[in-house]
Amino acid sequence: MNTIVSKAPGALARFFDGDVWHSFKSSPMAIAAALIAAACVFCAVFANWVAPHNPFDLAAVNLSDSRLPPAWEEGGSRTYLLGTDDQGRDILSAIMYGARISLFVGVASVLVSMVVGVGLGLLSGFAGGKVDALIMRVCDVMLSFPSLLVALLIDGVGRAIFPNAHDTLAFGVLIIAISLTGWVQYARTVRGSTLVERNREYVQAARVIGVKPSRIMFKHVLPNVMGPVLVLATIHVAAAILTEATLSFLGVGVPPTSPSLGTLIRIGNDFLFSGEWWITIFPGAMLILIALSVNLLGDWLRDALNPRLR
Amino acid sequence: MLAFILRRLAQAFVVMLSVAFIAFMLFQYVGDPVASMLGQDATPEQRVALRAELGLDKPFPVQFARFVGNALQGDFGLSLRQGRKVSALIAERLPATLELSIAAAVIALVVGIPLGVFAALKRGTFASQVAMTVSLLGVSLPTFLIGILLILLFAVTLKWLPSFGRGDTVSIGGWTTGFLTVDGWKHLILPAITLSVFQLALILRLVRAEMLEVLRTDYIKFARARGLPNRAVYFGHALKNTLVPVITITGLQLGALIAFAIITETVFQWPGMGLLFIQAVQFADVPVMAAYLCLVALIFVIVNLIVDLLYFAVDPRLRIEKPAGGH
Repeated sequence: MNTIVSKAPGALARFFDGDVWHSFKSSPMAIAAALIAAACVFCAVFANWVAPHNPFDLAAVNLSDSRLPPAWEEGGSRTYLLGTDDQGRDILSAIMYGARISLFVGVASVLVSMVVGVGLGLLSGFAGGKVDALIMRVCDVMLSFPSLLVALLIDGVGRAIFPNAHDTLAFGVLIIAISLTGWVQYARTVRGSTLVERNREYVQAARVIGVKPSRIMFKHVLPNVMGPVLVLATIHVAAAILTEATLSFLGVGVPPTSPSLGTLIRIGNDFLFSGEWWITIFPGAMLILIALSVNLLGDWLRDALNPRLR
Repeated sequence: MLAFILRRLAQAFVVMLSVAFIAFMLFQYVGDPVASMLGQDATPEQRVALRAELGLDKPFPVQFARFVGNALQGDFGLSLRQGRKVSALIAERLPATLELSIAAAVIALVVGIPLGVFAALKRGTFASQVAMTVSLLGVSLPTFLIGILLILLFAVTLKWLPSFGRGDTVSIGGWTTGFLTVDGWKHLILPAITLSVFQLALILRLVRAEMLEVLRTDYIKFARARGLPNRAVYFGHALKNTLVPVITITGLQLGALIAFAIITETVFQWPGMGLLFIQAVQFADVPVMAAYLCLVALIFVIVNLIVDLLYFAVDPRLRIEKPAGGH
């Protein structure tokens, strides 16, 4: 693991040197997407300081302020720019705190599936034989089922095993459920590139001078197969955030004490029919904004890193 | 061809067996059936007696064989939460989910294929770019948000369509259908559209990409050189070959539809299997989860098999015997 961390800055510096940065500068779509994504991430990470209210501070929440419409609608208040929910929490602040939880779960799931997928993919491509066959068959079976179903199942099993799960444990189960559905793509991608790299001269040279296979795998092959993995990870972040939102919307995601965007949408859904649309629509808009901007960034990155398209 | 079918059947068998094994492990290691059946103040002797009666003291392979035998007869025991037979619960909910999925699949195909062809033939025009942009949105919007937006527009604001449940249904020999009443159709519209959006966008983009690919090939050029009218070239020659990959994806997506139905059913409170499953997950109702898992896996495996066989019907190249060892 240490080798990956110490290697990453060098590889990253090379990525953003020259061609890729130039392609970024000349793509207005990429710049817009990056700005929106950066703004969302900033609001989420610094929610404590940026948000106008603290929605989880029970002392600051006033029930008489509940279900206020957004400021520009009739009956709206300047204090609550995007209105309040049924418990008098400021929607804007709830969205910022919610986005933080969504982003945390999304990024954590991507990291876990990346580590698992890259590790298994390297092993599969490098070891070959029975190990390779076994890992690839498991991938096939995983791929033949929709990821949502697999995530739901793992989540359900987690709930059954720990019926009185503590909040942190619930987060863990959720992250594992999402990441166990995502590792397959990394494993397949990395395996493919490893099979190519394995026969390159530099690997043979390393073998000849007696470098240990594990060291060749992590120190020499890994940095050379990371390019596609980064693209995959970017797009996967958006997918993981949407999966988290879906699970939370279905009521099997994050614990209700720390609502993510999906939980907020679920709460708002109950008030849709009484005309309080803002409780649902604003968190939904934030979710779309994050997912769309990250997806566009990923698309751009894929094209920028693909030498055939240049 | 026979060898191919046999190999696919064997694969399907292995997949089903592993899914059954996962379901069995759920029963084995999640929750204690004896404790939940006897309650807290049962004596140790009663527990042992019940264990023996349920066959839980038998060796592992014997228990697994028993589980598979029961599952083959559709017997998954009682729901922990509702105390009713799981098979009865699922049989009740199956028609709702199937009708919703079929309606969504029909919408996705009937709208998606023509739009995809249109977007390919009129490439670069304003209308086709609108179609492509909207389809990009359709692929990236989460299903539950689409459902909520449709409810907000058509049920809350315009009050045109209902947004809750299945409406009036007619029962034909135990199969409840909403296809025979006006009310049932009205209730079906919004959920079916919600469920179809993702697949529709996917099919549209796929048909467009395939069509553009096919239009570049030599045989289309020859068809044009022969002086065939555009109509015959596009729909007689190009479309046919475009549809081969579309069949695969549509077949595989039929399974995804049943899974995505979980979300749609939650948004619209549609009384199908998905709603049953999500409640089972919330309450850790293992028998219902296991039964749903096995049923969905079975549907997946059957659909995949049918898709493979359809390939032979559609693509004559596959019917030529290949040398041994080839795929």
